[in-house]
Amino acid sequence: MSGKAQSLAAGALSLLFLGVFLAIWHIATAPKAQVQAPADEYAKLLGKGAKKSAGLPTPEQLAEAALTHLKDPLYDRGSNDKGIGIQLAHSLARVGAGYALAILFAVPFGFLIGMSPILYRALNPFIQLMKPISPLAWMPIALYTIKDSSISGVFVIFICSVWPMLINTAFGVASVRRDWLDVTRTLEVKPLRKAFAVILPAAAPTIVTGMRISIGIAWLVIVAAEMLVGGTGIGYFVWNEWNNLNLTNVIFAILVIGVVGMILDFLIGRLQAAVTYVE
Amino acid sequence: MSFLQVQDLAKRYGATTVFERVDFTIERGEFVCIIGHSGCGKTTILNILAGLDTPSAGTLIMDNREVAGPSLERGVVFQGHALMPWLTAMSNIAFAVRSRWPHWNRIQVQTHCQKLIDMVGLTGAEHKRPAELSGGMKQRVGIARAFAIQPKMLLLDEPFGALDALTRGTIQDELLRICEATRQTVFMITHDVDEAILLADRILLMSNGPNACVAEIVENPIPKPRDRHSIHHNPHYYRVRNHLVDFLVNRSKRYQSGELGNRGQAPISAKIVNLRH
Repeated sequence: MSGKAQSLAAGALSLLFLGVFLAIWHIATAPKAQVQAPADEYAKLLGKGAKKSAGLPTPEQLAEAALTHLKDPLYDRGSNDKGIGIQLAHSLARVGAGYALAILFAVPFGFLIGMSPILYRALNPFIQLMKPISPLAWMPIALYTIKDSSISGVFVIFICSVWPMLINTAFGVASVRRDWLDVTRTLEVKPLRKAFAVILPAAAPTIVTGMRISIGIAWLVIVAAEMLVGGTGIGYFVWNEWNNLNLTNVIFAILVIGVVGMILDFLIGRLQAAVTYVE
Repeated sequence: MSFLQVQDLAKRYGATTVFERVDFTIERGEFVCIIGHSGCGKTTILNILAGLDTPSAGTLIMDNREVAGPSLERGVVFQGHALMPWLTAMSNIAFAVRSRWPHWNRIQVQTHCQKLIDMVGLTGAEHKRPAELSGGMKQRVGIARAFAIQPKMLLLDEPFGALDALTRGTIQDELLRICEATRQTVFMITHDVDEAILLADRILLMSNGPNACVAEIVENPIPKPRDRHSIHHNPHYYRVRNHLVDFLVNRSKRYQSGELGNRGQAPISAKIVNLRH
């Protein structure tokens, strides 16, 4: 099978899977024949008379909700009712700030660690200890010291993004091929030029791989962090809709989180492709 | 006084002596090849000449100055070509050119690089990355990069070892032509006896390691210019070839065991072999 035919077949199969999934979903959530309500009064008390659907939505209800959200994503009607676009912007701003700070710290510092075998070995135990700690475990300390929930969120993103980047940068820099360094030595290349013209491009694929791992973790963590600190953001939106018992909105938010995460990964993937070289 | 003087050079790792009492000179414009079995320390000697490695004992004087550390005065062609894979052929050469002449502008660098690319026969492949080049083409870029800085001396570490016979012949011809045109001083490691006879003015023969030394220095009796296609018709050719092959299969071991040579006397003086008569 040629490459083009193969991708066509894969696409068709994807659509088929989606169709089967939607069909099962539709059948599973289709409204059952209503049991006759005992009395109107009683039904009203239970909220059955209200239009709001309880339980899991049908695909059609989800599509309708999605359309409403996407039609007006930027409205702001007080602290508990903001458009999905505004919530996303808050989350992305926190991730962007924490992630950028992590790059600014991890890449230069990882560079130094990678250049010095002694520093590498001296700091490695600390990094290995810090790496597996759930970033949310830092939240109380962040809230206590920073005393601002929004900045604490940024700090949590920073602390979870920093380790993969630090480790990968140090590893990438430490494993630059000896041959290339020998070339720079015989050419009497100055240290700064060596760092930027040889070591950085040589280690770039490893560094960007670390960045890609980090953005994935950061996007996972922001949802949990915002559920915890509240206020704004897509994580808070999910929690708020759960409190409203509006599962349609929760499922819509889950889809949005997935799509945004995919886009973030795709962007760093593009960067990765740009700096990767074939030996 | 010779252009390059190597005096009583030795390299030891703990109690193990790789080579010792290595003594030789190279004249300006001379092409010297070094032959020996693996493990005799040829590459270490070349790295010491390049300044990338330090000897355990001995001195090294080039052009009346002691060699201490790497320098732009010596260009190195590495065994594994050592091109930077994220740069094109042209940029790899330009990297060296900018190191040599930092004040040059873009056009000067470009013109100089193009000249070298044309010289090694890579015209048209300037903007290809190493991964898109064949083994022979990569090594040509490596040679062009080493020539680009106009070094006083060129060091080649078995540059054609990984190439097929046909490509190797073509690049040998080119190297011969370039070296004759530029009167470049060259020190080259090779495993190939025919390559040494074709290229070298003198051939250093190293005994087996450990405890290796330069046992014989053979002066190539075949006059220049030499031609790869007719060199085997030269009356001296088979005498030189047999002498070198005999050394590799036979005498290199006997020098190591002390059966031949004046072991124990420092510095050892390599036997000068003249096969003209």
